[in-house]
Amino acid sequence: MKILVCISNVPDTTTKIRFTDNNTAFDAAGVQWIINPWDELALTRALELKEASDTSIETITVINVGPQSTEPTIRKALAIGADDAVRVDAQAPDAYAVAANLAGYIKENPYDIIFCGIDSSDYNGSLVGGMLAEFLELPSVSSVSKLDIEGDTVKMNREIDGGSEVLTTPTPFVAIVQKGIALEPRIPSMRGIMMARKKPLNVVPPAVDEALTEFISYELPPSKAACKMVDAENVKELVDLLHNEAKVI
Amino acid sequence: MSVLVYTENWDGKFKKLSFELISYAKQIAEQSGTTVTAISIGNVDDSELKKLGNYGATKVLSVNDERLNVLINKAYASIIAQAAEKEGSQLLIFAHNFTGKALAPRLSVKLKAGIASGVNAVPSSFDPFTVSKKVFTGKAFANVVIKSEKKILTLFQNSVEINESSGDAAIETFVPALDDADFATKVLDINKVTGKILLSDADVVVSGGRGMKNGDNWAPLEELATELGAALACSRPVSDEGWRPHEEHVGQTGKIIAPNLYFAMGISGAIQHLGGVSSSKCIVAINTDKDAPIFETADYGIVGDVQKVLPELIAAIKEMKAS
Ligand SMILES: Cc1cc2nc3c(=O)[nH]c(=O)nc-3n(C[C@H](O)[C@H](O)[C@H](O)COP(=O)(O)OP(=O)(O)OC[C@H]3O[C@@H](n4cnc5c(N)ncnc54)[C@H](O)[C@@H]3O)c2cc1C
Ligand SMILES: Nc1ncnc2c1ncn2[C@@H]1O[C@H](COP(=O)(O)O)[C@@H](O)[C@H]1O
Repeated sequence: MKILVCISNVPDTTTKIRFTDNNTAFDAAGVQWIINPWDELALTRALELKEASDTSIETITVINVGPQSTEPTIRKALAIGADDAVRVDAQAPDAYAVAANLAGYIKENPYDIIFCGIDSSDYNGSLVGGMLAEFLELPSVSSVSKLDIEGDTVKMNREIDGGSEVLTTPTPFVAIVQKGIALEPRIPSMRGIMMARKKPLNVVPPAVDEALTEFISYELPPSKAACKMVDAENVKELVDLLHNEAKVI
Repeated sequence: MSVLVYTENWDGKFKKLSFELISYAKQIAEQSGTTVTAISIGNVDDSELKKLGNYGATKVLSVNDERLNVLINKAYASIIAQAAEKEGSQLLIFAHNFTGKALAPRLSVKLKAGIASGVNAVPSSFDPFTVSKKVFTGKAFANVVIKSEKKILTLFQNSVEINESSGDAAIETFVPALDDADFATKVLDINKVTGKILLSDADVVVSGGRGMKNGDNWAPLEELATELGAALACSRPVSDEGWRPHEEHVGQTGKIIAPNLYFAMGISGAIQHLGGVSSSKCIVAINTDKDAPIFETADYGIVGDVQKVLPELIAAIKEMKAS
């Protein structure tokens, strides 16, 4: 079995968000870039499965659609333990273009399980996984919080409102993962970092470059009014404010 | 030409979310001189389907097939695409929830429709089609232009007013062509908690953090939640420690919610926590530390010990309800 983990390159979760050029572009100055947290967990789960003696996983590949500047993030995925990596050399203007490029590569180089995260923490699309499955005409299982391989069968838990479902789908398919898929992301070891330098990172040209959407400008949320403080000795006043002023109870 | 809205049902019933979607679609339809058609998949009886008329749907397509009692992404996407074609819909609307996130991107590729996900308002312009959405986990908004002829929006919860009026929707049974190959995914088992207020659907959420000290201290939070008809939530360390179940974890790596009222009890207000709750209409924080970052985001705050404040809060709410 061959596994592919799609990774997006996003600003660290604590980044202070700023915009430039009259609020038309994200200000990347001083930003620390990381593997999107869900993708890091997907990679971690793929490694756990590969290491389990009773599964038949041959290779784990990571793929990113992006310019050369994403390579440190891709190298980090190799350092964590992926066997090889692919970068589709494109600017990735929107989710549609990213998914089309991923699909272009995967059609030529098939995988059995394709992992995507449920959302990228930059543009919060929650789109690429489902789009990719449709481009490839494959089943997609979304909101996956657990994935096990038993013989030839892949068993998953899918989160639903107020519970979860257990399901299975034949390979190949796209697994769109979220909380629960792995507990803690793996961090690269010294040896992993050394080895990552020698692992293959193949750069391939884009298949398509058509975007259907464009982000034209950004805004920061309006600044909030100061918090109204209520004395701890006067909790009744809080209830009064919530009832009569905020009208939420 | 109608706007097509996918209205999910929960055990045969619609929820606030479904009505919010229809109200939203209706606003757009009025501005663009068209009507709203809803599509419902699964076993929902006519009286329930009729309710959608009260929020602005003039037609409801109802699809019923044994195999569709659980969500199968490929099959559902195929059905909705067929409905869009039949109705000649140029705009499709979904909720930005588990189901919407599973289906909308598949439809985007099927129909070659550009998509703006997690939108929080009606489009600010129709030419070019421009709409605002949340980005950077609630830390900013972006204006997105959809350039394709067909378009899809997924609506972030609790973004628009629900408008109820009396209206009548024509119910139409819709029989799509179904391909057995679309049912390759099999659901083997379903574990569902029933009778609990769902976090995704709650108007009020009572949430506890590490300041609650340990999992045995949750009784007053539960009591407060019962008093307010609220759902319970928690910060990530609380679910990591096993004090509370994982479904209650909110934040960037947990659930993202937007209730009318959010109580943060003993929660410091880390940026990753706020990512999941900052869209709440009103936030109340109770914390012993007057400098806790949560007070920068909260609307109302009390500097105090939750153990002491909670019983008084419950008593005050009971008193208010009695009067
Ligand atoms: C990639 C990443 C993703 C993350 N995702 C999430 C996420 O999704 N959700 C999330 O919540 N966190 C997330 N975190 C963790 C986050 O950074 C914080 O560590 C976490 O939110 C802190 O939880 P807390 O507020 O409960 O605990 P603490 O930060 O320990 O705060 C406890 C608070 O309780 C107060 N307190 C103590 N005793 C009392 C008392 N008796 N009465 C009243 N107040 C009291 C203290 O003053 C303090 O402010 C993430 C972190 C990372 C790195
Ligand atoms: N540029 C990209 N290259 C590779 N995979 C991506 C890229 N962007 C998004 N993905 C994948 O799609 C998931 C969801 O991203 P999004 O649709 O952008 O929210 C991510 O968690 C990744 O698995």
